[in-house]
Amino acid sequence: MSATSCPPRWWHVAHGADVGLAASGSSVAQVFEQMALAMTAVITIQPVETQSCIEVRCKGSDPELLLVDWLNELIFEMASRGMLFGRYEVSIDADRLTAMAYGEPVDPPRHLPAVEPKGATYTALSVHQDAQGCWQARCVVDV
Amino acid sequence: MDLSRFQKVSDFEWRVEPEGAMRVPAVLFADEALASQMDEKVYEQMVAVATLPGIVRASYAMPDAHWGYGFPIGGVAAFAPDDGVVSAGGVGFDISCGVRSLTIGLDSGAIESCKAMLANSLFEEIPAGVGSRGSISLDDDAMEAMLTGGAAWAVGQGYGNQADLVRTEEGGCMPGADPAQVSARAKHRQRREMGTLGSGNHYLEIQRVSEIFDQGIAAAYGLREGEALVTIHCGSRGLGHQIGTEFLRDMVIASSRFGIELPDRELACAPIRSELGQRYLGAMRAGINCALANRQIVSHLARAVFARYFPDASLDLLFDVSHNTCKVEAHEIGGVARELYVHRKGATRAFGPGHGELPQALRNVGQPVLIGGSMGTASYVLAGTVSSEQRAFSSACHGAGRAMSRHAAKRRWRGRQLVDDLAHRGILIRSPSMRGVAEEAPGAYKDVTAVVDAAHAAGLARKVACLTPVVCIKG
Repeated sequence: MSATSCPPRWWHVAHGADVGLAASGSSVAQVFEQMALAMTAVITIQPVETQSCIEVRCKGSDPELLLVDWLNELIFEMASRGMLFGRYEVSIDADRLTAMAYGEPVDPPRHLPAVEPKGATYTALSVHQDAQGCWQARCVVDV
Repeated sequence: MDLSRFQKVSDFEWRVEPEGAMRVPAVLFADEALASQMDEKVYEQMVAVATLPGIVRASYAMPDAHWGYGFPIGGVAAFAPDDGVVSAGGVGFDISCGVRSLTIGLDSGAIESCKAMLANSLFEEIPAGVGSRGSISLDDDAMEAMLTGGAAWAVGQGYGNQADLVRTEEGGCMPGADPAQVSARAKHRQRREMGTLGSGNHYLEIQRVSEIFDQGIAAAYGLREGEALVTIHCGSRGLGHQIGTEFLRDMVIASSRFGIELPDRELACAPIRSELGQRYLGAMRAGINCALANRQIVSHLARAVFARYFPDASLDLLFDVSHNTCKVEAHEIGGVARELYVHRKGATRAFGPGHGELPQALRNVGQPVLIGGSMGTASYVLAGTVSSEQRAFSSACHGAGRAMSRHAAKRRWRGRQLVDDLAHRGILIRSPSMRGVAEEAPGAYKDVTAVVDAAHAAGLARKVACLTPVVCIKG
């Protein structure tokens, strides 16, 4: 299955009170990058400069649990550093995720942030390969 | 929601008898219109909660119930200490998110003349929205003292007075908190977040008492028609979120070790008697103290703003209620008082008249139950009833409850237009984010009056007063 037949993309799905993130891509790493972009779009739809970068690491053999860990690491980094991220590079080697997140300090007048994610949940959580071989992911984020 | 799967007990009570893995019935309190408008997931989630080990009597859903994660929002479940569980998902990420109301001691007419300036000052002084930081920075010792002492710690630091503590659940200090179980990351996330509202559905409102339903209880609460109040809705901020995140993960991973079959991973839990269960309880109680301290500091900031405009305004605390908690309470099961671990996720404790834990001034009338609406709609003050004990372990609804996703609300409304429309109706909104305002549009919520009427009719709590908004500082 070539990567071009699974273009990377993300979207939001309705959830009663919170926000559902969804993404597809040609690999688990790519779909994780798209999920992170979907989460940034929950907070802001304004451009985010990618002037500085941080490294994020997580470990886990279950891809669904790894996805929740990855999103929660980003929530922690955003909250504790007061940053937003606009670009992500994820690599996954066996059970180890290593990523670079590129962003800038949050600037409320410019980013007009709507809401702050509290945590990624295990409800309606999935990471799987569809019949066409594309990777698909879903996760509900509490806001 | 398809109501054919429920047995109708009364116009305000719907029941699912145990089937399959359910250990107890599932009971929903709502009228037919509210129940039928609920998402199918509410049924699934309340039934799933009924399968958890050690659950006592029933899995309950309040009239404002909606699709949550694991437990429904508006879910109540109590567990026995010996064979029961404690669930991080059953408390939620925003530990002890709650509401407090303060009577200003002024007629709302007095506010009108300086309403816009007051709104601007409150918006300037009370940090709200994503990325906002408080002026208070806690070092390690202060963090430890805050997590142990809650609102009592805040009062000791000069944020408020002793009378505030009497009007706060647990006297403003949750016992059994264990700051050592709160991770360094959770503490780090909280260091600059004390005295902040946060975002989402959190707010500070100036409200007017627009209607009194029960004169006697209203008088005991100090509520007069036409009088102004300040109501604050916020929680334990980053610290609570991080505690929830970390323990939820630990419980998801540990569930198979405990031999607990979960219909939904978000229901992850640990036996109360386990080391993990005890560690979570210690951390979660520290999270409750963080929320109590936070609301106490925000109250202090609001008082300082009011003092500029109305030096004689006292802003006395009516009461402070918490929504997302697990608390050890004595409840009567089959005529015998038992100690239970009561989870309320998006539900309010509602102790009735005579309850020993209520302060003397409120003991004859019952606990104030503060129901937040949404911008532009009403809020309500209710009182706990004696019947609520048998209905749902002395619990009631907590707000209007969402009827529409944020996603749909954002497509349907524009924040700027909403703010202008509300201003025409005399309601001033101040918010750092118009997109956030659109997501929180009043139309995205259930009809709060229908929710409160259902809670009243079901005997969960008694209607006392209706409050309408004048100013809303939206996080």
